[in-house]
This record gives sequence, structure tokens and C-alpha cells, in this order.
Amino acid sequence: MTENAEKIIEMINVTREYFDTVAVENMNLYIRKGEFVTLLGPSGCGKTTTLRMIAGFEMPTSGKIFLNGKDITHLPPYLRPVNTVFQRYALFPHMNVFDNIAYGLRQKRVAVTYRDEKGREFTRLEKLSHDEIAKKVEKALKMVELEGFERRAIHTLSGGQQQRVAIARAIVNEPQILLLDEPLGALDLKMRKEMQFELKQMHRKLGITFIYVTHDQEEALTMSDTVVVMNDGVIQQIGTPEDIYNQPKNVFVANFIGESNIFSGTMVGKLKVKFAGATFDCVDDFPKNEKVDVVVRPEDIILTEEGEGQLSGKVIDSIFKGIHYEMTVIAGKTEILVQSTQEWPVGSFVGIKVDPENIHIMKKEFYENKFDGYITKRNTVVFGDGEYECDVTQLYPGSTLDDDGYLVLEGGERIDLTDNDVKVTVGLKDIDLADGEEGGGAVGEIISCIYKGDHYQVIVRTRENEEDYVVDTDYLWNEGDIVSVSIDKSKIKMKLKEEAKGKK
Amino acid sequence: MVKKKIFSSLILAFVLLLTYVPILILIIYSFTDSAFVGQWKGFSLALYLRLFSDREIMLIVKDTILLALAAASISTILGTVGAIGIYYSKKRTAKAMSAISNIPMINAEIITAVSLVLLFTMFFGGKSMFSLLSGHVVITIPFVVVSVIPKLKQMDDNLYEAALDLGATPLKALLTVVLPEIIPGIVSGFMLSVTLSLDDYIVTAFTKPNTFSTISTYVYESMNRPATSKLPELRALSAIIFFAILGVALLSAFRKNKQQGDSF
Amino acid sequence: MKLRFSRSQLCIPYALFLALFVVLPLVIVFYFALTDKSGNFSLANFSRFFFDPALISTMIVSMAIGAAATIICLLLGYPVAYILARSGWHRKNVLLLLLVMPMWINFVLRINALKEFMQLIGILGKYNFLNTVLGMVYDFLPFMILPLYTTLIKIDKSLLEASADLGATPSTTFLSVTLPLSTPGILSGITMVFMPTMTVYVISDALGLGHVVILGKQIEHYFGSGDNWNMGSTIALVLLLVIFASTFLSNRFKDEESEEKGRALW
Repeated sequence: MTENAEKIIEMINVTREYFDTVAVENMNLYIRKGEFVTLLGPSGCGKTTTLRMIAGFEMPTSGKIFLNGKDITHLPPYLRPVNTVFQRYALFPHMNVFDNIAYGLRQKRVAVTYRDEKGREFTRLEKLSHDEIAKKVEKALKMVELEGFERRAIHTLSGGQQQRVAIARAIVNEPQILLLDEPLGALDLKMRKEMQFELKQMHRKLGITFIYVTHDQEEALTMSDTVVVMNDGVIQQIGTPEDIYNQPKNVFVANFIGESNIFSGTMVGKLKVKFAGATFDCVDDFPKNEKVDVVVRPEDIILTEEGEGQLSGKVIDSIFKGIHYEMTVIAGKTEILVQSTQEWPVGSFVGIKVDPENIHIMKKEFYENKFDGYITKRNTVVFGDGEYECDVTQLYPGSTLDDDGYLVLEGGERIDLTDNDVKVTVGLKDIDLADGEEGGGAVGEIISCIYKGDHYQVIVRTRENEEDYVVDTDYLWNEGDIVSVSIDKSKIKMKLKEEAKGKK
Repeated sequence: MVKKKIFSSLILAFVLLLTYVPILILIIYSFTDSAFVGQWKGFSLALYLRLFSDREIMLIVKDTILLALAAASISTILGTVGAIGIYYSKKRTAKAMSAISNIPMINAEIITAVSLVLLFTMFFGGKSMFSLLSGHVVITIPFVVVSVIPKLKQMDDNLYEAALDLGATPLKALLTVVLPEIIPGIVSGFMLSVTLSLDDYIVTAFTKPNTFSTISTYVYESMNRPATSKLPELRALSAIIFFAILGVALLSAFRKNKQQGDSF
Repeated sequence: MKLRFSRSQLCIPYALFLALFVVLPLVIVFYFALTDKSGNFSLANFSRFFFDPALISTMIVSMAIGAAATIICLLLGYPVAYILARSGWHRKNVLLLLLVMPMWINFVLRINALKEFMQLIGILGKYNFLNTVLGMVYDFLPFMILPLYTTLIKIDKSLLEASADLGATPSTTFLSVTLPLSTPGILSGITMVFMPTMTVYVISDALGLGHVVILGKQIEHYFGSGDNWNMGSTIALVLLLVIFASTFLSNRFKDEESEEKGRALW
């Protein structure tokens, strides 16, 4: 219950849709009283929509929003005890600084209790007096260090000053929550740093909840108590800045926050992970043979003399970045980004060392299998060490196959697809496995079989080129089993490589 | 909120009603052979037949259209060249030119009309087709200029320089690079000129020679001498003009819609 | 010697045209207004303009018609412009088309349609003044709607959100943000309607059946049957000065406003 009392904002299953796009999807989030919370994510991730729903400018399509335990989902903005600092300030151009700041106070009605001659008490809603308003405005201006600016017209102010007026206009109303929508986006770097510091100070002084929206990860990490990382309308991770940086929950967060090396790896033993062609000790415990993503921050990679460390490579690029050198090292086929205060000249051979606690391992999420393949003379497709029947007409909408095996396009043009490179995707459930080597397509060994609640996820590795098929199946397989892979013709999705490139 | 919406919608409905009811009634009564609106003598196309066989009205319609096309063509050419000139002039020249160019647009038409009458009587020997055509060019040309200048402003200034850089002469650069960029402005300036010229009464009435009439002056005279006029035939003319405009509007709306649809 | 081509030279033909057909005619109006019939300098026409009872009554009637028509246009036009500005892309285009389309019909034919309509419902000839005002509204309403629409659509939506955020109800937001920010549109709408309503005598002739005389009619009279071009020019000159003054004022206001907006972006 006590934890409940602390929550000032709680969003439950909130979804916001526009026509056919989903801006925020099934969001569950609570914010504690007095916290400085930052919603962080790339543009279009739903962070601003979330803020606007808390302000009341937008209503959720479904779900509920609570403020201090009270349902405010459909409360109009002018009845909510929250105030917003807008991205481009939204100062009223026809009013001076004083009138802008006093605007909210002039809307306020406070209950005043009187006693009439007979001693009966009655309360009346009254406007704030001129003196009270003037005093509050003055105090707010002092807070943002703009004393004496009362009579100035908005257009005579610099960007930074307008920013301060916008903040003063919001805090003068003593809101329970201050919402800030990328408020520093329009300022130059120096000004931004200054305002970051001042906002943080202001948060301490006022003691109210700040909800801050930004796409700038550095801003989020330096200012917040809690960071909410969002992408595609979905919360990716909630945590302290340290957590978010040091323990990214998934590849998106690792990638978005700071710079990262992300490797595809496999667990090869207890606390042992193999990536970039070498085996490393690690601290995250995952089952053997599980496919994982490995994240290593560039500053956590230590370069040493050749021969030392777990891996060796060659420096192929080095840029001086002011406080450190940013070097690219190639180890086998893998490029690794390294930040270090010590420079290793381009062309030098180095040893690469990573401490176990700096290797962050996260479970790989598979959605589909992706392969590079090509079309054969017989209009079949070869990928993943196997050859499969497929429907080549999907490469060109409206095309048909003629008797000679040529593809006839919509316009009547005949083309030969032989040796065309294609990108192939196959769903996890669309792959069938059979015992033995006679099944049809590729042949491989089961290297992992994990129970996923209602099915098993199996990884089949081919002998020839070590291609992996990830398969969702209802049957239990044993590791080491040799199986053959077959895929139904209609389940093989292909795209011409050129087109796939063009879309990127 | 809801109340405000209903109130606004009621006003909108009232405005649309006010705009369309008189025209629609006129159109309805164009399909009956009666002397005045309100008298229904059964469906008939007699007014249309009489309109088309009336040589005087047909001549006036033809003259009105020819005048509009001639005035709009002159305005478009002179105005486009002028707009380019203004755009590339020094700031002060450009400002002064635009201010003077705007005068006929903001001025009351009657003042433009009498000023032209004074000019033509003093220096050009009175009213003639020349004074009429000049009058129409004067009232339409500012609209060409204000349609073209925004397109010039939208244009990337480096285009012209790029053309010169690639070896085009200044004139060639203007014709091959600048002109295509401002075509939409020129077209809308021309269309606006045609509409304004067709619509004009006051300047026409003051500057036209006595023997010449446009639809506007003819209808004005008919209205003020109802007894001898052909008001019933004019109902048919109004209906035809309305349907022509409706057709053009629907066509352009359809095309716009389709373009919008395509872009999705 | 070959003259080098410069793009600014292209404005020479237009400059000549403007000098001959716009500036010179207005100079002649000046000349006629300040002289008598025999060509001598005289201010008699001006004193007549301000003291002749007939002209004074014309002036009053014109202003009354102009004021009435302008106020009605504003009251009808503001809600319409507001709806337009708030509509989605599709509805906006349909509405704009519906509102603008009648403007393409010949102006005199349109007035004729209104006259026939007034005759049909039996008000023609009964309320000459009111009918004239109605005719002016009928014709000039779009000139009010368009400038209002363009200023309303330019109002930054976040200002309205900021107002609501600071606790203002929708009606307070309208009165303290939307309305003040649309004043440039209101002003330019007023000038665009008020000025022509004092001069477009076609409407007063047709719908007031000649009983309503406005300033434009007075000028026409002096240039026609009245045959006193000097007096006609004097009235024209006074009107011209009023138009220039009001345009100058409303332009200044507009420039300040747009400058303000431009600076606000910084």
C-alpha cells in the first residue's frame, strides 16, 4: 500500500492509435512523487504522445491514467494539476513576460472561507488578488533569474530567455507535475548544458515531479533519477541511468544509449561465451548453446601487446576525439570499436582483452530466420546449405511462369532468374524437421533445444557452413541429433537483393 | 465546446444557404417559359432556345470572352516579366514597384475607372477598344504579379546560377530554368485575370466605347430597364454559367483528390 | 557597344506601364480635384464635399451601409473561417470550394439572381436600405472569410494547448488567445469589405432600386449625367486618401505582427 501512495502517475494498459499507426502500445508505467523521470527514445517512439496524454492534450484510445490514484483519463487539460513547458515554448506573442507568467494564476479560483454576522461559515471561490499574482510572478522570475523582465515583449527575448519564461510560466502555478517536452532542443550546446544544470537544481528546490522528454541520451543520463527508454511505442527498459547504461536489457537499449559493440554469440559452457571467434569468461549465466547477443562498451575493451588478451587484431582506423582515441580494430572478420586514452597506431597488431564483468549478455530474440540465397536454373532457391522448391513469381508482383521456366512480367517481358541473389526469410514455425539425412533440404545437428512454455525452440546447425536454423516445434529433440530440414514452398519468402537494398 | 460547434455549424449552413438559394431558384425558373421568377408555366427549354438564337446576346458573350482572354494574355506576359524584374531588382526599387503595382488591387474600382477615363480623354482622344483593354489589363495585372512572385521566392536561387555555371546565357537560363519553376504561378495568374475580367462591371462601364457591351454591362442595363429587357433569357445564361463552373470545379476537385490519393 | 543583359532590366516595361496607366491617371485625378471647370486652382469642391447636405447625407448613408455590411460579414464570417481553419484536409477543401464557387459567376448576374429572389419573396422595394446591405453581405462575405481564415490557420496550436494547460477553459482560451491573435485578419477583413461597400453602386442601384445613393454612385453621377468631373474627382480623391491611410495602417499592424512571429522563432 505504501508503494501505491507514492505513485503520482500511473498508466495502465494505455494505447494510443492514430488512424492505422500505433503511437503508444499497451503502456504500463508508474512514476513516483518527486522523481525526475525522463522518457527517452528516437523520434516517433511515442515519448511525446505519452507526455501529451499525461497533460491531457490527447486521450488514450484505450487504457487508464491515474493521478494520485484518481482516474484522470478523460479529464480536460485545464482541470489537471500539471503544467507543461512546450518544445518551442508556446509563449503568447501578444502578451508581455508578466502577462504570460500571470496567465495561469489569473485562471485560478481559490476557496476562501468567511464567517457572516451570525457566525455561519461559508466558502466562496475567488480570484487571486493583483498583489498576490504580482508577488508570485516576481518570485517565479527570480527563480529563473529574469528579474526586471516583466514588461518586456516576448519577441525581444533571446531563445534562452524565452525558455526561462516558459519554465516560470509553468512553475508559478505550483503544479504537482512539471512536464517538459524536449525543452532544450532549440538551444545551442553551451546554453543547453547550462539549462540542464539549472533544471536539475530547480527540481531539487521545488521538490515536485518532473517528467522530461528527450531524444538526447546524454541529457537523459545526466539529469534523471529514472530513465524510461522507449521504441516503437513500447517501453524497452525502465531504470536508473547507471542501470540503463551498464545493464541494457536488450540490443535496442544498448545501441541507443552510448556506443556499443554488439556481437552475435553462443554460450559454449558454464559462464563461457564465444563471440568474434574467441571464447570469453562472463558473469551472466545462460544455458549452454543458447544463441545470445553480446554487448561490450567501446571503453571497456582493453588493447594490449600482441599475443596478450583473448583475441588479437589489427588497428585499421584511429580518430582523436578530444578526451580519447576512437579506434577500429579488425579481429578475423569482426570489426570492434575501441575507445582508449592510449593510441595504438593504425596498422599495429594488438591483443584484445575484455574483463568478464564488462561483457553484457542478453538473450537473442528470434522472430524469423534470415538467409542470403540465390535462384537456380530449375527455379529453386539455395540458402542455408540446402536447396528448396519455391515460388519465384513473388519476386515480381503480377508475374507468371511460362512452360520454359522463364518469368513473364506483368508487362509481358520474359526474364531468366538464374543466379539472381535473394534475401530469404522463413518463420520459426514454418520449418519442419525430420530424423536422418533424407528429409530434403539442409542437413544439420541439433545444437540446442530450449523449452519455451508451450513449445521447444530448436537450433539446427549445418555441417558445411555452420548455418543456423531456428525452429519452433512441438517435439522434443536431443542435442546432437542429426536432422534434415524441409520447408513448405509457400512459406519461403523472398526478395530480390537489389530491391531489399533499395528499401533500406 | 459542443455548443460552440453547433452554433458555428448553423452559421455555416446559413451562409451556404444565403449563397446558393438565389442562384438555384434562378436556375429552376430557367426551365420554364415565364416572364418572371415565381411564375411556373411547366417545364420548357424555350428560354435556352431563345438565348442561343439571340444574336445580340451571343455576340456579347463572345465579345466578353474574347476581351477577357486578350486582357489576361497581355497581363500575364507583362506581369510575369514584371514580376521577374521586381524579384531581381534592388530591395528599394522592388519595394516601390510592388507598392505601386498593388494600387489597382487595393483601390476602389470606381477610382481606377474615373482616373482612366480622365487619362484617355486627355491624352488618347476618349474611349475606345484600346481604353477598355487597357482598363482590364490595369485591374488584372497586379494579380498576375502577386501570383508569380511567391513562386520566385520559393525557387532555389542557386538554380539560375547553376544554369549560368553550366554555360547558359542569362536569357536562356531564365527561359529554361526559372520559367518552368514559376509556371504554376503564371497559370493561376492567367486564370485569375480571366475571372476578374469576366466579372468586371465598373471599369468596363467607364472605359468601353458606347457601341460595345459585355455581359456585366448588358445585365446591369437590363436590370434597370426591366420592361424592355431579356431578363428571362438571362436566367438561362446564368444557369449555363453556373453549370459550366460547377463542371470545372468538380473536375479540378476530382483531379486534386486523385493526385492526393496517388501520393499516398 | 552591346548592353549587358541584367534580370532587373525586365521590370522596365512594367514600370513604364505602371507609370502611364496607374500613377499618371491618379495624378490627373489630383489635378481635377484641385481645379475648377476652367482649370484654375480651387478648393471649392472640397468645401462643397464637406458642407453640401446632399453629399453629407450620401456620406452618412454610405458609411451606415458599409458599417452594417461589415459587421454582419464579421459576425457571419468569423464562425465560418473558424470552422474552416479547424477542419481536416478533405472537409476544408469541399467547404472552400463551396464558398468560393459562386464568386466565379459574373458579379452582375449574381446580383440579378439576388434581386429576382428578393422580388420572389416580396421584399424588393420595401426595404431598400436593408436589401442593399444584404446584397453587400452576399457579395463581400468571402472577402471577410479569407483573411480571417488565413490568420486563424497560422495560430500555433501549441498556444491553445498552453492556454488549456495553464487552466483556461475553452471559452477563456478563445477570448484571451485566439481572438487577440486573429486581429490582423479581422482588420484586413474589415478594410476589404468596408471600402468597396461604400462604392460598389451596382448593388445599391439594383437592390435599392436607385433610392439608395452611395459615394460610388455620386462619382458616377458627376462623371455621367451630372457632368462635373472636378467634383467627381474630388470625391474620388477623398476616398483614395482614406483607402491609402487605412491600408497603410493595417499593413503596419500586420508587419509588426509577422515580425513578432518571426522573432518568436528565435
